[in-house]
Amino acid sequence: MTAPRVERPGLFYPKLPATWWLRNANYFRFMLRELSSVFIALFLVVFLVQLHRLSQGPGAYAAYLETLRAPGWIIFHVVALAFALYHSVTWFNLTGVVQVVRLGERQVPPRLVAGASFALWAVVSVVLLWFLLRG
Amino acid sequence: MATRKTSEPFWWLLFAAGGMVAALLVPVHLLVHGLAVPLGWTSISHARMLALAGHPLVKLYLFALIALPLYHWAHRFRFILEDLGLRGLRTPIAILCYGAAVLGTVATLWVLWQI
Amino acid sequence: MTEETMTLEVTRYRPGHDREPRTQSFTVPYRTDWVVLDALNHIKDRIDGTLSYRWSCRMGVCGSCGMMVNGVPKLTCAAFLRDYRPGPIRVEPLANFPVIRDLVIALDDFMEKLRRVKPWIIRAVEKPVSDGEYLQTPAQLDAYKQFSMCINCMLCYAACPVYGLEPAFLGPAAIALAYRYNLDSRDEGYRLREPVLSEAVGVWECTFVGECSVVCPKGVDPAAAIQRSKLAGATDWLLSMIMPWAGRR
Repeated sequence: MTAPRVERPGLFYPKLPATWWLRNANYFRFMLRELSSVFIALFLVVFLVQLHRLSQGPGAYAAYLETLRAPGWIIFHVVALAFALYHSVTWFNLTGVVQVVRLGERQVPPRLVAGASFALWAVVSVVLLWFLLRG
Repeated sequence: MATRKTSEPFWWLLFAAGGMVAALLVPVHLLVHGLAVPLGWTSISHARMLALAGHPLVKLYLFALIALPLYHWAHRFRFILEDLGLRGLRTPIAILCYGAAVLGTVATLWVLWQI
Repeated sequence: MTEETMTLEVTRYRPGHDREPRTQSFTVPYRTDWVVLDALNHIKDRIDGTLSYRWSCRMGVCGSCGMMVNGVPKLTCAAFLRDYRPGPIRVEPLANFPVIRDLVIALDDFMEKLRRVKPWIIRAVEKPVSDGEYLQTPAQLDAYKQFSMCINCMLCYAACPVYGLEPAFLGPAAIALAYRYNLDSRDEGYRLREPVLSEAVGVWECTFVGECSVVCPKGVDPAAAIQRSKLAGATDWLLSMIMPWAGRR
């Protein structure tokens, strides 16, 4: 890591407090966006446990689904879903900014790239739903 | 620190891949497995779920679905902690976060192996 | 008829006297066509000649009058009093920088970083002047033009919490300018800038808060420059792993 900054005498060096993200709405939204990763990871761990119970037989699987019916778990999943959707929306919006797409010599406007990402998300979601819920 | 300098792109690529997987796939799975099935809006029988998850291609899919977003979490959580002022502990925080994601990857492989 | 007034709460700091900055209130006339800089000039001319701050062009080109106005980094020559009525208006030195006196901050750190990214056209071999200019098509100009609008006003550094927490971070404007020259069809300096950008305190330090692009008075998008540099750096890294024998650009 880099050496700590040498402070010159006479100058005032401001310190950014750990609560900086409460200072403006954009900073706060940034923190929510980053925090979404925690809820997504927690859900995936719960889902992994569900798959593990699946391999242990119908009884274990049914018992686990019964556990997930508890109000606490439902609230957790509702909150996690809200964060997951927030992650998707912010991610696809920023994809347009990060990923430069060119058609010939022209750069495709970032909004169009973001729009295409949202369209892809919709298609993938519908296909997945159909696959999971048919039959 | 030379190691940090060279390993950064590697973790960032995993973060980016995980973020994309999470954005595209997680909401639907959360809705189905976290809410729709437990609440009885729909049901996926044990036999059908087992048959699905047992397919090699689906296993590969599930591996990507679960493991990659763990690195997305590790990367972001690492920087959340640093942004909250724990910059003095950068190296241990990085090791703990990415280490947890690696452990999660191993656990995912193990669970999928058992199905 | 009594004249309308507005109150400015201005940060004062006297080096050698004050341990930390304090706030002083001034009442200035309210004029619809006045900007915060006009109000500061009024204070210096009529009320307190010791007030120190930087300014020059008064038209958003020189980039020297950046300050925090009600907590947001602004060019004070473009911040109209009428947008802050009824006041008071808080005027502070740019955040995240060491304060020299009153509203004047130390520029050394930014200047050093700016030099480090070599923000000029680098050629492997310069062609002689007699061979004429380096030509560029409108599309080649478009590729980097947005990033060339930077006036080095440092508002983006004041908006960046990462820079506030880690002063070694290369920061938005320096990376955006490095990116601007990397994109320039006339430039051949990518490999000279790449080591500076790919340091841990280079592009990888950024967490994409995105506020740098929000506060930029010139419509530059430093956040995009940084993320695209990450993508380019990561792609380079991946290619060098898959094909170690292939030369990097």
